[in-house]
Amino acid sequence: MEIPYAVKPRPDTGLYNAKVGIWLFLASEVMLFGAFFSTYILLRVQAPHGFWPDVALGWPHGLLNIPIGTFNTAVLITSSVTVVMAWIALKQNQFARFRKFMAVTVLCALGFLAIKTFEYREKFGHYVIQLNDGSRITGHLNVNGSSPLLWTLKDVEAAKLEALKVEVDIPNKFRFPVGHPIPEDIHKAHQAGEHHREREIKVSDISSLKAFIPSTHPFFAIYFTMTFLHGLHVFGGAMVLFYFGFIGSGMWKTDPERFTNRIEVGGLFWHFVDLVWIFLFPVVYLL
Amino acid sequence: MQTATTHPGSGAAHADSHAHDHHEPSFLTKYIFSSDHKIIGIQYGLTSLLFLLLGFMLMLAMRQQLAYPNQPIPIVGGLLSKVLGNDMASQGVMQADLYNAFGAMHGTIMVFLAIVPLAFGAFGNYVTPLQIGAPDMAFPRLNMASYHFFFWGGVVMLASFFIPGGAAKSGWTSYSPLATVADLNNVINGQTLWLIGMVLLITSSLLGAVNFIATIIQLRAKGMTWMRLPFFVWAQFVTGFLLLLAFPPLEAAGLLQLSDNVLGTSFFLPTGLVYNGKQLDVSGGGSPLLWQHLFWFLAHPEVYVLILPAMGIVSEVIANNTRKPLWGYRSMVYAALAIGFLAFIVWAHHMYMTGMGTKIATFFQTTTMMISVPSVIILSALFISLWGGSIRFNTPMLFALSFLPMFGIGGLTGLPLGLNASDIYLHDSYYVIGHFHYVVAPGTIFGLFAGVYFWFPKITGRMMNEFWGKVHWFFSLIAMNLIFAPMFIQGIRGMSRRMYDGGATYFSVGVGADPGILWLNKFITHAAVLLAVAQIPFIINFVWSIWFGRKVDSDNPWQATTLDWQTPTPPPHGNFASTPVAHRGPYDYSVPGAKRDFTPQDQPN
Ligand code: HEM
Ligand SMILES: [Cu+2]
Repeated sequence: MEIPYAVKPRPDTGLYNAKVGIWLFLASEVMLFGAFFSTYILLRVQAPHGFWPDVALGWPHGLLNIPIGTFNTAVLITSSVTVVMAWIALKQNQFARFRKFMAVTVLCALGFLAIKTFEYREKFGHYVIQLNDGSRITGHLNVNGSSPLLWTLKDVEAAKLEALKVEVDIPNKFRFPVGHPIPEDIHKAHQAGEHHREREIKVSDISSLKAFIPSTHPFFAIYFTMTFLHGLHVFGGAMVLFYFGFIGSGMWKTDPERFTNRIEVGGLFWHFVDLVWIFLFPVVYLL
Repeated sequence: MQTATTHPGSGAAHADSHAHDHHEPSFLTKYIFSSDHKIIGIQYGLTSLLFLLLGFMLMLAMRQQLAYPNQPIPIVGGLLSKVLGNDMASQGVMQADLYNAFGAMHGTIMVFLAIVPLAFGAFGNYVTPLQIGAPDMAFPRLNMASYHFFFWGGVVMLASFFIPGGAAKSGWTSYSPLATVADLNNVINGQTLWLIGMVLLITSSLLGAVNFIATIIQLRAKGMTWMRLPFFVWAQFVTGFLLLLAFPPLEAAGLLQLSDNVLGTSFFLPTGLVYNGKQLDVSGGGSPLLWQHLFWFLAHPEVYVLILPAMGIVSEVIANNTRKPLWGYRSMVYAALAIGFLAFIVWAHHMYMTGMGTKIATFFQTTTMMISVPSVIILSALFISLWGGSIRFNTPMLFALSFLPMFGIGGLTGLPLGLNASDIYLHDSYYVIGHFHYVVAPGTIFGLFAGVYFWFPKITGRMMNEFWGKVHWFFSLIAMNLIFAPMFIQGIRGMSRRMYDGGATYFSVGVGADPGILWLNKFITHAAVLLAVAQIPFIINFVWSIWFGRKVDSDNPWQATTLDWQTPTPPPHGNFASTPVAHRGPYDYSVPGAKRDFTPQDQPN
């Protein structure tokens, strides 16, 4: 038994089955990411005025690395172009060229993920520290020359430290303190134009210490959730493209039309993944 | 009639692949990992019927507790204490936690593991490709994956009963923050498993939806134009779109709540949340309302997922047994499409009590009143279809006929809930329970029973027993009404839903005297027992008939017009003896001048 229109398009719809399937699947993906974007909007709209960490649950601004994010955007867009080039190469019967473009596509995907991992790591080593006097600072820890990840106060106690060396962030120009949640001397340093300042903080002065992780603030919660799910899509898409283009490419010999369709469908998914990022990048990095 | 020796689904063109197709599949590939839509349909059907029974048994135990609060549950009480522990059922008495767990799981199992898989997974899978003249679904292997996701979703849900703390207890709606704080002692708790189970079930539905829609668009037989599709197929088509577009937001919400429960985020937890006198150690800044929006964005369309396939089945049965075309087929199709569209913009009528502004409430009241119009169109068309027919009162038809007034009652009692002013009074009362059960129990379930009796001979080659079918129908119809009608009265007199002793405490120490409704708890429970007894003839009839029922005397025992009946019985792999072509509309019954009172769709002029 053979399923009709599995390869050849159906005359009245002009589509083969998998193409209908992928468009439907993408429609559901739009609803999925739509829900996450709606969540982002709602959380942000109801956040108190002023910027985190100056205001307890204000929305943070400028915490993500824009140049790196921009570079990553470029990487992903490049891969979207190369996947089309690969498909065109197939249509023109140039298998070797197809292979090259596929390789570039998959490498771009892996590069994107590597950079994203680096960004995550950077967040896991960045802390918000609440002091007993009510002031709040952010920065990186320096424990014997290294910068620990994902610590909490428990880890500090376990390391038997009396005082913590902290590379304190000087609030950047986007943030304007409301009241005085920032310690006085840091405020002064800020006005003097300094950018970083190492301070020793007595552990007994600290009331809480948290890395920039999802449970720390709704912004991180939604940032990590959305970028992680997007990352999963990138990973899944890259795996599928790798399978199509390399491991399963024997089909090019046995059933070239079906093979070309596969690449087209994979490419459609890949464009979608790219498109999600094109919305995600401005929303979480720039706005 | 096991005459299906012709090569399945082939014309002469496929004769060369003949040898290739005919190696005997092993039991495993034939029945467990099958990619044949008919086997998958049967898998869905049997699994979901079992879940339907389980969902009902949970409710029987709960009804016992409502009628006789704090007395041991007969028969199973001891077993429940032993298996689930004394926290849940102390000396056989149902504790509040167990009531809550059973209640949440009754709703979840009935909706996601019984009705949807039976209506969409089972009937949709088995019948849709047959009715459009296709050899199978567009993506047979996705279809198989869909069932297996469903199955494991069910297993996870079942497993959650047995872990420490028991199954999810925050209602099938799982409102936050309750769902996050309900079981803080256990890291992996019932709610966590509920969420994982839901993600699996949603994945299954999404795969199914993509497959159904693609199949209907792409695999219609030659001549099977859109307006020649049986109404059943249209109903499945719209259902597919509802699932495809409404489920992803719940999947998102489920992942976010999972993150709240496991990673300690605060998507749905407000700032300064206090639980048991202690401030919770969370960042806060989230929104409980957000969960409600995401949940109801799915759950309203979901009610149409529950009802549309039943409407489709009922339409087929009615056309067949009135021996006349459906009245207003086209308006029914447009009405179904209108439902599909409007279903997405009514969700907040479940949230009138959340303090939304009057403007927003007005919007959602308006859309809610609008969506009742197409439902009324479909129901009216079916009623009018009966007019002047020479009706055959067989079991499927009796169930289909009862569907009409039952769904009517369910629908009409929904109107006061859709209007803000009256809903503020009725919200969360037993009136609501009565309303939606009229839609899903004597409504949808009767539609599904009609389908079981109707397609049973095509699937097995044997008829179910008519006499016991009628007994099943008669007592089910009586019992359903005795169960659900009194709930309207209870609700109007002020009885809240989700009270584990049926209001005994509430009316004694809460708001004062019992307003004359507590005795109804016993009444309803006895009616529920009657309903249980009424299912015994069905279960025996069903199992018995598979092996010992009367053999059908033709491939088309109901003398039906649609293509599903123009196949060998049971249809072989590939479905049709020769590739079918549609020459006419779906309901050419009693065509003037024709030899017989039905003209199959594939009969040339
Ligand atoms: C046929 C026999 C059935 C009976 C006797 C029955 C009875 C009940 C009762 C008494 C409640 C209210 C419990 C409470 O609020 O404390 C309830 C809740 C519910 N039922 Fe049913 N039901 C039946 C079938 C169904 C079916 C077929 C469905 C779904 C399609 C369904 C879905 C639900 C849902 C969603 C709830 C709400 C659960 C919650 O509060 O979270 N029920 N049922
Ligand atoms: Cu609704």
